[in-house]
Amino acid sequence: MGIPMSLLTREDSRSDPEAPAPSTGKRGMRRDRALFWFTVPGILAVLLFHYVPLLGNVIAFQNYQPFIGIWHSTWAGLDNFAVLFNGDQKFLHALINTLQLLLIQVVFVFPAPILLALTLNSLISERVKRLVQNVLYLPHFLSWVVVVAIFQQMLSNGGLVNVLLRAQELGTWNIIGDPDLFKALLTSQVIWKDTGWAAILFLAALSRVDSHLYEAAAVDGAGRWRQTWHVTLPALRGLIVLLLILRLGDALSVGFEQIILQQTSVGLEVSEVLDTYVYNHGLLAGQWGVSAAVGLVKGIVGVVLVLGANRVAHVFGEEGIYRR
Amino acid sequence: MSTATHIDIPGQTPSSAPWRAAKSVILLICCLLVAVPFFSIIATSLADTRQVTEAGGFVLWPDRPTLDAYQAILAGGLVSQALTVSVGVTAVGTALALLSSVTLAYGLSRPGTFGHRPTLMILLFSLLFTPGVIPSYLLIKQLGLINSYWSLILPTMVNAFNVIVLRSFFLSIPRDLIDAARIDGASAGQILRSVVVPLSRAAIAVVGLFYAVSYWNAFFNAMLYMNESAKWPMQLVLRTYVVNNSAIGPGEAAVAGATLPPSQALQAAILVLSIVPILIVYPFLQRHLRKGVMIGAVKG
Repeated sequence: MGIPMSLLTREDSRSDPEAPAPSTGKRGMRRDRALFWFTVPGILAVLLFHYVPLLGNVIAFQNYQPFIGIWHSTWAGLDNFAVLFNGDQKFLHALINTLQLLLIQVVFVFPAPILLALTLNSLISERVKRLVQNVLYLPHFLSWVVVVAIFQQMLSNGGLVNVLLRAQELGTWNIIGDPDLFKALLTSQVIWKDTGWAAILFLAALSRVDSHLYEAAAVDGAGRWRQTWHVTLPALRGLIVLLLILRLGDALSVGFEQIILQQTSVGLEVSEVLDTYVYNHGLLAGQWGVSAAVGLVKGIVGVVLVLGANRVAHVFGEEGIYRR
Repeated sequence: MSTATHIDIPGQTPSSAPWRAAKSVILLICCLLVAVPFFSIIATSLADTRQVTEAGGFVLWPDRPTLDAYQAILAGGLVSQALTVSVGVTAVGTALALLSSVTLAYGLSRPGTFGHRPTLMILLFSLLFTPGVIPSYLLIKQLGLINSYWSLILPTMVNAFNVIVLRSFFLSIPRDLIDAARIDGASAGQILRSVVVPLSRAAIAVVGLFYAVSYWNAFFNAMLYMNESAKWPMQLVLRTYVVNNSAIGPGEAAVAGATLPPSQALQAAILVLSIVPILIVYPFLQRHLRKGVMIGAVKG
């Protein structure tokens, strides 16, 4: 979630000459085991709820029937994966909407916190900066249900915006439930919720820019814009690359909870994405095998994308999420 | 004045006055876009029937403030049940999550110990993928946890990211302190209780708040696993009666009088109730974030 693993595991590789060598004596072993036992409950929870479900993916290769169970369902080979290639309309809608939303989010959502951080960073008054931050971080801590509810209460026909419009005799602007506006609505919700929070990382990076670089640039005759271009943005490059890689790993997830909550009002054609497809077709419509197949492929594509992007980052000399 | 600051603190050349004004206006608009909805929702939840009807929906200021809407939904109907469920799940969930995360992070805080490497790898690798919806559902069903509150608590009990934040904090505790305690004969458990935890109060507090917020906000697991509406948490009630606009009747909001307050006010009140706990913990989160648990983790 935006935190480079390489930074987080770096402590392992530090060479501390005073650190005792891994204990090998009997006493040492006993102590080491004592420490190991502390990890057991937590790691069991991770194994059970994170890794064991991976086994459940076998139903992607089965004609799974809930009342028969995994053990007795018949095998289907790769039949369930046919939906990916046979031009199934519903799947294609889901795929196209996912890719469209991904593109929209990279273009509009990704740069928003960078712009906000640059704007905040250029403020002179610390107090104003802090106040703005305090207000803009808040939506991040609200659930998607609350965010969607707030947007509906503001934008629906009985909502604040339309009450004000009607008071000015400007008529009613039907925003919620208009399929054409749905993707714009989703995007504005994401920006509203997470821009302030995402700016934290950029602000931290900006605070570490050596201020003498600006002076040097100013002496060389660079104006404010050129200083931003040649000093500020290069300082953010590593972080931008890192966050783009992480976003890529999540590329095919474009706001599951957010969309599931709002699907009914606009119809599936504009709102179905891969995640909601898996939910709607598997859990609700009972096509377990097909849904699991789509979910499995989506998960594999995500891991491949993140590892691939990381390799590309290495080629360009960035650190990425782990070091070579 | 700005030239003076410029000379004192070396940094980027300040922008021109019109630009600065434009930036302030933009930031002000951003803040209003966040603040006005909150304000208006609180105002509507306090407004009386006549005003809501006259406005045709939302109000910006309650002319005759009344607590009718809150009284109605807190009088023992579905909403008050949901509040109890949410508070219970959040409290138990946060306690268990903190317990298992702190012990896990502590167990991983000394590189080279028995099982350190594989355990850490299992934890880190879990960040790379999320278990699918369907396999997770099948697992919960297999475990017999459908309609059980444990299905809301256990699956999200260990968040790898939170564990890593805790672990990097524990790693930064001076080795000498721990060695000294060990030489004095303290067991691993005693060291955790009397050295590590007291020194990491701030980090543990923030991680606890993160867990609490995520338990309070969780909605999807409840939607998947809880079929009985009597066991719904607040977020699911919010979805049903506010987002999906299901009619709020006497079953959901018990009333003493004959007529319910307008649905607009009831919905706003439900919304306020599900936001209030977040607003209460927000200043604490804020203070700790400023001190930089997150940013400290990023700095590495």
